[in-house]
Amino acid sequence: MVRILGWLTLLALGAGLVMAFGVAPREVTQGNVQRIMYLHVPSAIIGEYLAFGILLLASIGYLATRSEAVDRVAHASAEVGVLFLAITIVSGSIWGKPTWGTWWTWDARLTTVTILFVIGLGYLLLRGMIEDAERAARYAAVVGIVAALNVPLVHFSVYWWRTLHQPPSLLKPGPASVSLSLLVALLINIAAFAILYAYFVAKRVNLLRREAETLA
Amino acid sequence: MSFARRALIVFWKDALVERRTKEALNALVFFSLVLLFVFQFALGPDRERLVALLPGLLWLGFVLSGMLALGRSFLIERENDCWEALLLAPGDKSAIYAGKLAGNLALMFTVEALLLVLFTVFFNLDLTGVLPALLVVVVLGTVGLATLGTLFAAMTADLRARELLFPVLLLPLEVPVLLGTVKATEAVLSGEGLAAASHWLALLSAADAVFVVVGFLTFEFVIEG
Repeated sequence: MVRILGWLTLLALGAGLVMAFGVAPREVTQGNVQRIMYLHVPSAIIGEYLAFGILLLASIGYLATRSEAVDRVAHASAEVGVLFLAITIVSGSIWGKPTWGTWWTWDARLTTVTILFVIGLGYLLLRGMIEDAERAARYAAVVGIVAALNVPLVHFSVYWWRTLHQPPSLLKPGPASVSLSLLVALLINIAAFAILYAYFVAKRVNLLRREAETLA
Repeated sequence: MSFARRALIVFWKDALVERRTKEALNALVFFSLVLLFVFQFALGPDRERLVALLPGLLWLGFVLSGMLALGRSFLIERENDCWEALLLAPGDKSAIYAGKLAGNLALMFTVEALLLVLFTVFFNLDLTGVLPALLVVVVLGTVGLATLGTLFAAMTADLRARELLFPVLLLPLEVPVLLGTVKATEAVLSGEGLAAASHWLALLSAADAVFVVVGFLTFEFVIEG
């Protein structure tokens, strides 16, 4: 099952690469730098919404069922989410240097992703610091619920913080109208990253289960 | 015994202990005073700059003193071996949360009132006109800090790395509350009034509501076992 998912991931990422570098047109103002978007946007969307969404469901599921398997899904989802958010921040930085002329700026979305990254790290830190597995799972589930419910709050607060006093005209790059092949390339890459996320989570759940069995 | 009565007993117990020992309050008053000196030394005597930074400084003071207050609210139960007795209390465990939350809010409001007075004296401010609006922001922000803070304080009270974990868990999750309070305070202090910050107040209310509900619902999972 996991093996099939692995091959599917390879296939989807391959298709995504072909679309990003072969089919999608070269962006007029930014040039090839814009192609980072096909890595940056999918990892941001999956890391921000899918990973935290699954974290929320799995955390509530654990408190309701006390099933270790459900807790492992929450744990894995947080880990993969943090990884994807890290990819988002690094790829955004690499894109920002030639486009905005700086590695880092307190742009609304950049800040949102970074805060969620730190929240995810806090969650993983908590898990790592509690030795008793049952207790770690219980506390982590509570923090996981708070963290996931915080996503819209962080999103809105940071957006208002950056945009109310400073119109984003300078920081809103990209073409005015997105061409169709560009959009298709992006959507295929988002789908590919969703499958990649599922594959990583499945792998991590497997590993966590074996770890628990070995330690037990 | 009703829920409210059980919560009130927990609150009353904490208030009584605090009144007799004055442990937290003394330390927090002293801490607030030192904090003001630190701000003054770090930023220099330029009054214009201090006033411009005032909303941020004010909330920095509230957050730092608040974290000290919150962090020890369950620690005293562990240290005094009262934890088990607290858990033996019959009925819904979220009454303990309500009592502790009320106690923390009372302590934080006291320290915040004091900090405000110290700020007005040391930085030569006149807050008389904006005080009611400021009060609204302070209450909304403090509730946001205290709800999650009380929950996480119960969680980290008997962990080895509690001093480290408590702020690391709490601060990132409080980012929306902190942004909202600082921005709303800015609007109030600049004389724009609450209307200019209505979306921030809505966000703060939403955050408070989410945190209170999650706090009450998940507290029993935190203290079991």
